[in-house]
Amino acid sequence: MKAKIRKIIVQVDEIHQDGGKAVHPPTRRALAMAVIDNPYAGRFCENLDELIDIGEELGGLLGERCVQALGIAPAQAHSYGKAAVVGEGGELEHAAAILHPKLGAPLRVAVSQGAALVPSAKKQGTLGTAVDVPLGHKDAAFVRSHFDAMEARVADAPRANEIVVAVVVTDSGRPHPRVGGLQVHEIVGKDGLR
Amino acid sequence: MSDLIEQRRVFTHVEEIHHEFGPTATVPLLRGAIAAVLRNPYAGGYHADVLPMMEALNPLGVALAKTLCDAMGVPPERIQSYGKGAIVGAGGELEHGALWHVPGGYAMRELLGWKGERASYTQGGGGDKPSGQPGNALAIVSSTKKVGPPGAALDVPMTHINASYVRSHFDAMEVRVPGAPKADELIVILVMGTGARVHARVGGLKAEDISQWNGLR
Repeated sequence: MKAKIRKIIVQVDEIHQDGGKAVHPPTRRALAMAVIDNPYAGRFCENLDELIDIGEELGGLLGERCVQALGIAPAQAHSYGKAAVVGEGGELEHAAAILHPKLGAPLRVAVSQGAALVPSAKKQGTLGTAVDVPLGHKDAAFVRSHFDAMEARVADAPRANEIVVAVVVTDSGRPHPRVGGLQVHEIVGKDGLR
Repeated sequence: MSDLIEQRRVFTHVEEIHHEFGPTATVPLLRGAIAAVLRNPYAGGYHADVLPMMEALNPLGVALAKTLCDAMGVPPERIQSYGKGAIVGAGGELEHGALWHVPGGYAMRELLGWKGERASYTQGGGGDKPSGQPGNALAIVSSTKKVGPPGAALDVPMTHINASYVRSHFDAMEVRVPGAPKADELIVILVMGTGARVHARVGGLKAEDISQWNGLR
């Protein structure tokens, strides 16, 4: 394992009722976060390969933790998203190195398939900084019922030399979607969009 | 379940702590929290008698304790510390959070095998120092509560399950549910841990030196 992990946090948010109306079955979103050492903190480094490889490791690890926490088969996953918060000693590009080049492939294995882009967010922050992880359907980005976000935050991280990496996987859309758009049963699943 | 209990949301949080910039733990410390967002049936006005809800919370507490232990992926025998808390939405009063004291404590002690009387746990008084949790949840479950807005954070205190004075296990977990509690909601929280702080080294009573089995030492 290349990533030096201080802690791993897994959260599940299960919504049984929204707006006074019961949600059957409850919607569930799982968030897995790793607090890791930033190997490039405190210096400018042109090459970010180490973080790119760490992103690959964490895509699989965190994606699997989410699926496991939901207690579902990978194919039952609906939507996903990813995000990173870089501590003060690092730069925004460090989040990009983790999230964009290699994290997606193993995450898609963890949720089986995933033609759609993995929505992402990144920011610099400090201990307790919250990042809203954007969510979209894994097979078709235009599915409107699954546009959502889940707040990710670690009370004691990131320290200046750390990065918080977050992955969210759901087994459902919003609790009571009713604003139209492309529906799950209309997914073609070829181009990642529709 | 009683119609006083309307569960709107369940939020679980499990963390695996490998180190805090010191030596990496051979077995990572696990800390878990479960927060149930409930409708507060007493929000919006003063109700003199709130006790019916306390009774109604008992089965929910037991279910939450079990769900949390399952989410942590450990058997109850591995739980060494616990705590509880409540966050009351703006339409309620602090006293509504206090309704969780008995059912929240009872829930975890039930899960950990508390037998309800100290005499059952005197086996530690002999020559052999017991290990694990022979007392099974003798100590008071430390707690805190507040009235707060959606997303309010509560630092839930944690102490050793058998002896409140065990210094290595004094800890706290920050628990918050984004978006809750709304004004008419109440969040009830349980937390459990599998061991001491990851780099505990400030002395005091050690878990292996518990000798009085009175919930304190």
